Amino acid sequence: MPAYRGTDYLLLDTLLSEEEILVRQTARQFVEELLVPVIKDCYNEGRFASHLVAEMGEMGFFGANLEGYGCAGMSNVEYGLIMQELERGDSGLRSFVSVQGALVMYPIHSWGSEEQKRHWLPRLQNGRAIGCFGLTEPGFGSNPSAMATRARRDGGDWILNGEKTWITNGSVADVAVVWARTEEGVRGFLVERGTPGFTTSDIHGKLSMRASVTSSLTLSDCRLPESARLPGAQGIKAALGCLSQARYGIGWGVLGAASDCFETAREYTKVRKQFDDRPIASHQLVQEKLAWMITEITKGQLLALQCGRLKDLGRIEPAHISMLKRNNVAMALECARISRDLLGANGIIDDYPIMRHMCNLESVKTYEGTDHIHALVIGERVTGIAAYK
Amino acid sequence: MKILVAIKQVPAHDSRLFIEPTGEWIEENDLGYEVNEPDAYALEAALQLREQHGGEVIVMCAGPARVSSTIREALAKGADRALHIEEDDLRHWDNLSVAQLLAKAAQTEQPDLVLTGLQSDDLGFGQTGVIMAELMGLPHATLAMSVEVVDGRLRVKCELEGGWFQYVSMPLPALVTIQSGILRLRYATLMGIKRAKTKEVRKITPAELGAAGEPGITLRRIYAPHSLKQTQMLAGSVQEQAAQLVEKLKHEVRVI
Ligand SMILES: Cc1cc2nc3c(=O)[nH]c(=O)nc-3n(C[C@H](O)[C@H](O)[C@H](O)COP(=O)(O)OP(=O)(O)OC[C@H]3O[C@@H](n4cnc5c(N)ncnc54)[C@H](O)[C@@H]3O)c2cc1C
Repeated sequence: MPAYRGTDYLLLDTLLSEEEILVRQTARQFVEELLVPVIKDCYNEGRFASHLVAEMGEMGFFGANLEGYGCAGMSNVEYGLIMQELERGDSGLRSFVSVQGALVMYPIHSWGSEEQKRHWLPRLQNGRAIGCFGLTEPGFGSNPSAMATRARRDGGDWILNGEKTWITNGSVADVAVVWARTEEGVRGFLVERGTPGFTTSDIHGKLSMRASVTSSLTLSDCRLPESARLPGAQGIKAALGCLSQARYGIGWGVLGAASDCFETAREYTKVRKQFDDRPIASHQLVQEKLAWMITEITKGQLLALQCGRLKDLGRIEPAHISMLKRNNVAMALECARISRDLLGANGIIDDYPIMRHMCNLESVKTYEGTDHIHALVIGERVTGIAAYK
Repeated sequence: MKILVAIKQVPAHDSRLFIEPTGEWIEENDLGYEVNEPDAYALEAALQLREQHGGEVIVMCAGPARVSSTIREALAKGADRALHIEEDDLRHWDNLSVAQLLAKAAQTEQPDLVLTGLQSDDLGFGQTGVIMAELMGLPHATLAMSVEVVDGRLRVKCELEGGWFQYVSMPLPALVTIQSGILRLRYATLMGIKRAKTKEVRKITPAELGAAGEPGITLRRIYAPHSLKQTQMLAGSVQEQAAQLVEKLKHEVRVI
């Protein structure tokens, strides 16, 4: 296989600045040299590539689009390009970076006290501390506003009780951003590893996101000082605000997975010969599939880029991000399935990245708002009627 | 120590190249560019020397507007500032005139050490650094595997043929051409990319440097190498084929 050079049918690089292209290049190089050689084994062994955390911190990948506290201060387009390259490697690595930056650093940066920011942001930025985000519960997935986890005041402290599940990085995290219902509404708390009453356990048997840690968190009479609460986070809106950040990154990330599948299928079909010694790429049905994929990837790239430009202008709406996440994830999953098909039997083995991307993308379709839920957000945006209520 | 690194932008190493209809050069539209590989190692060596001994690393690159991406990458990796010699049509310059241009630009900086790659991945002359040294009156070493500063002198490990090495000691200022693959290259970090935005890029033209670019050598035509391999099928019985084969090996290929 020639070196991976991304997918750019419509010369969309002409819409990027020199600096944006350099950001993408450096992320691509990092993934190519440090992740691609090990990801197959990590995935098969169900192991997160934890040795890359410090190096990713040094690269500036964590909270890359945040300002101050050691963060890189990248634009949202640059941030998106980084997510794209990471997920071209593996959705698990991209998930780690999404959680750390968009779901942990972002809420601390937006709603934390100065003390919380000074304590946590530099060490989350350089990877010396890992974070996780606890919103989903066993009984509440798509509808997190109905959460059962409770926090009640006890003198100057808070007592938390409840269970969170499907939490990326849960058991490896030094700090968990936990959302709980209080008498004043939903609030966010920073729960440190080792806090009495706070325990974690990993979810086993995953056939997707195998190179990422997913855990359950249990809070039983977990006592936290008032200084552990995110003072600026008022209501479920704050939690959903984090999700908008992460979903935006996912909308870019899956373009990387789609491109990796497409480029693998493109190379394969040019070399593999069937019927009269002709490459299968010369058969019309195969070309139709390649044409579909490159067209959809290109449309997805334009969607991501426009969302990025809107985000940089401060004009993006959650319903825009819903379109980006829903369309691009479904598109990437379809590209993975078609590419798998084009590789025939070879498509199912781990010498090629396709099946791994396909399995990962099943999770990506579900987390951060399922495909359905985003359809309902878009539906509400165009009709004014909320169908999920 | 003030270290000047000459870096060149070349077509990306696995590019598919097409020749212009005039036959004088390759089609440059749609071509991806990157830093010449040995030059990336020269920059890395310079950055490491600065980390050990302090000072300043300046990168110098001649070429059209597009080379700014290569300059930016070098600044993002940690070079302190850059010199961009603006020239749109370097392909009509031979290596002597390019070396004259670079030497004149280098002299405006009075560096203690000049590093270049040992050769460029596109033209592959392996001459530019050496000629520069001669024009600047500097001692030089080529094919360097490592460069150290010991007691104010350079100690350079050079690669010879057949697994042999040579250690050279020389006074500063000096010029060294660097071999590929000798160090682990650093990445441009996101913070580095951000910092690069505020670093100085001094632009200068050949005219301002008084470099004429009158080539003594003209590039007439470029073409893809023709394959000289041929396959011949031998006919007849096995004995006849064997006899023909021996005949050919003796008289055509002359190996037996
Ligand atoms: C690998 C992985 C990592 C994760 N990481 C995290 C994490 O770090 N933090 C965190 O908090 N959560 C995380 N999650 C949880 C994820 O966000 C939830 O799984 C997701 O919100 C869906 O919830 P659910 O699984 O309970 O599905 P459900 O909500 O039960 O949905 C099941 C199906 O019903 C459909 N459905 C539900 N309601 C409606 C409706 N009103 N209209 C139409 N269809 C509907 C859904 O679209 C879906 O098809 C992760 C999940 C996975 C798989």
